[in-house]
Amino acid sequence: MAANTEAPALRPFPTIPALTPGAMAELKPHVAADKIQEAIGFPGKIGDDWQARALGRMGELLNSYRSLKVYMDACVHCGACTDKCHYFIGTGDPKNMPVARQELMRSVYRRYFSVAGRLVPQLVGARDLTREVLDEWYTYFNQCSECRRCSVFCPYGIDTAEVTMAAREILDAVGYGQKYSNEIIGKVHRIGNNLGLPGPALEDTLTGLEEDVKEDTGVDVRFPLDAEGAEVLLVTPSADFFAEPHVDSLIGYAKVFHAAGISWTLSSKASEAGNFGMFIGNYEQLRKIALRVREAALELGVKRIVVGECGHAWRVAYSFWNTLTGIGAGADDPFAVQLQRQLDPRYKQPAHICEVTWDLIRQGALRFDKEANDHRVITFHDSCNVARASRMGDTPGGQFEIPRQIIRAVANRFVEMDPGTTREKTFCCGGGGGLLTDELIDLRVKGALPRMEALQRVVDKHGVNFMATICAICKAQFTKVLPYYGFKMGLVGGVHQLVSTAIRLDASS
Amino acid sequence: MSAAAFFAILFNVAALTLVVGLGVRIADYARTPAPLKIPTTPAPATPAGVAWRMFREVAFFESLFKGNLWLWGLGWLFHVSLALVLLRHLRYFTEPVWGWVALIQPFGIYAGLAMLAGLGGLWLRRLAVERIRYISTPSDHLMLILLILIAGSGLLLKFVAHTDIVGVKIFCLGLLHFDWQPLPADGLLYLHLGLVAALAIIFPFSKLLHAPGVFFSPSRNQADNPREARHLAPWAARLERE
Ligand code: SF4
Ligand code: SF4
Repeated sequence: MAANTEAPALRPFPTIPALTPGAMAELKPHVAADKIQEAIGFPGKIGDDWQARALGRMGELLNSYRSLKVYMDACVHCGACTDKCHYFIGTGDPKNMPVARQELMRSVYRRYFSVAGRLVPQLVGARDLTREVLDEWYTYFNQCSECRRCSVFCPYGIDTAEVTMAAREILDAVGYGQKYSNEIIGKVHRIGNNLGLPGPALEDTLTGLEEDVKEDTGVDVRFPLDAEGAEVLLVTPSADFFAEPHVDSLIGYAKVFHAAGISWTLSSKASEAGNFGMFIGNYEQLRKIALRVREAALELGVKRIVVGECGHAWRVAYSFWNTLTGIGAGADDPFAVQLQRQLDPRYKQPAHICEVTWDLIRQGALRFDKEANDHRVITFHDSCNVARASRMGDTPGGQFEIPRQIIRAVANRFVEMDPGTTREKTFCCGGGGGLLTDELIDLRVKGALPRMEALQRVVDKHGVNFMATICAICKAQFTKVLPYYGFKMGLVGGVHQLVSTAIRLDASS
Repeated sequence: MSAAAFFAILFNVAALTLVVGLGVRIADYARTPAPLKIPTTPAPATPAGVAWRMFREVAFFESLFKGNLWLWGLGWLFHVSLALVLLRHLRYFTEPVWGWVALIQPFGIYAGLAMLAGLGGLWLRRLAVERIRYISTPSDHLMLILLILIAGSGLLLKFVAHTDIVGVKIFCLGLLHFDWQPLPADGLLYLHLGLVAALAIIFPFSKLLHAPGVFFSPSRNQADNPREARHLAPWAARLERE
């Protein structure tokens, strides 16, 4: 499949594509084998009672999630969202229009949970939940990256990501799970991180990094693991440990802590910031994966918890950790108070590494040789989960400003892409939400189209040769997809990669 | 049964369905927990900020404005006109007519025309734009037709086939006081009233639930303060005690 995937042509004047029904109907991710399913508590196979199970789980979700209930009712089919999804723009498949994607579930909701759909199904577009419908769910709810772009433009804030999460949860409940995400969740529980890197290997990797940095800079920058009593616990996506360009950002974080004189540690137990529990919409998994961080923090006795460059991980950390694990403030229940008493209330808990770096820059605790980045003309790609599902700093929109301020502080040449494609309107990289798997490469390439077009324009106009981003999935996706569009894969990198290039390691006082 | 009795009963049934039906839906929305913080960011961090965001959303359709200018224009024109028309109709239910209701009467009439224009535009869009046609169900078209007929018959009653409006008002006041009065015999009037009653009955079972729904949408009504306050739904809290 990957062999015949071709990038769609960049359009000089992006227009809304004409509909191509069924364009992506054949593209499905691999189905999880029974072992993978059962390892995380889902049925291994689709049983005969699948329909009753699916409707039962749907009823439970409707009563547990106000978002789902309201979103099932409120849509007026106005179509404001229809042209907002990168997967629709890239494929023209009408079922990749956000409202049409929701409608796959809404038609079933109407049939079984609404008066009108029971009485006059045809009139209101209600459908029986047949095996064909279930297969269609599997196809198209695995063609949504849960990026929330559609939600920005909907007059009722209907968030297709919530619908996709619910659909995947129902699919898992009937034994129809997606291999990529569910296998990774199994690995986190078994080994501690998504990439399945065991503790000793992690230790080796970190020692190797210390040697590399020493060779490069002559300075002993440490990469501590499981250091009890450290001030900061850094939780970062496991791709940072060895994938390119991710590792350059990890080096950047280490240099920041070194230069600021902050003691820090990684944890072998919580060696993963990513939380694919969110992608599959399963609260128990989301919580269980997040609890590893709480346990690590308690064991190591740290005062601060900091999260590395990862989009969905930051959403989970910023928006959900306080709920799931008590990492945050403002609690009065014993579970949360136990941890909150340990953490230093002068700092935001958890904090994004960009918040940490920016605070240090503002305090004058870091010094840079900005010229070191002069070979780069930089632009910034806002990652969807950071942009539309989290914040940094004290004011709304800090998630846009802080990374840009850092870039401006460490480099001289920075330009913006088209404002219709950045900040809250940013386009997904095309690989988020549990779709970063090889068998979906066709979708991933096509879904990247709007970002690639915006990038091409700044490449042509300003000679951009570095697109900075703060998400492990964005980095991996772009590395893979950029060549399809004729760009070098080294064009993407992290914000802390830029920090790493320019930071002075001798200026800690 | 006389026409007056028929419409009196119909309006009582319609009002009851609307109020009870909406009440049940709203209670259901309110009762259903939102276990996670999911405001679409950037979002306000305080309740006052959320109220302001909601106001902008409900009064100006802020998100729709970002999404599609044509649709925003037509949708806003329709809704604002509808609001004015509804307020204008208060004159049939108040005696003496409140001062500000008297004041807006002329605007209410123009609003009727604007409402029809807005609805026509929305329907045209639904028919002409391929994407919108694709996502439309028969009920989407019927809903627009219903509203167009209501607006059209109302305008005809005002401009073309004048009805005995004094008699209508006596009937309306009678409805409010459970003291049924005769209704002028007028086919067009029957049509207008019958369709309005139908709309009220359909409301709680249709996409018109977007009206209460918007206030319960977690992506719009939550404050962005997850690090400062612990947000825990009852069913999620139970997991912690297990
Ligand atoms: S959440 Fe993103 S990927 Fe999913 S339908 Fe909306 S715009 Fe498309
Ligand atoms: S913008 Fe919202 S209401 Fe309009 S069609 Fe899309 S989901 Fe439905």
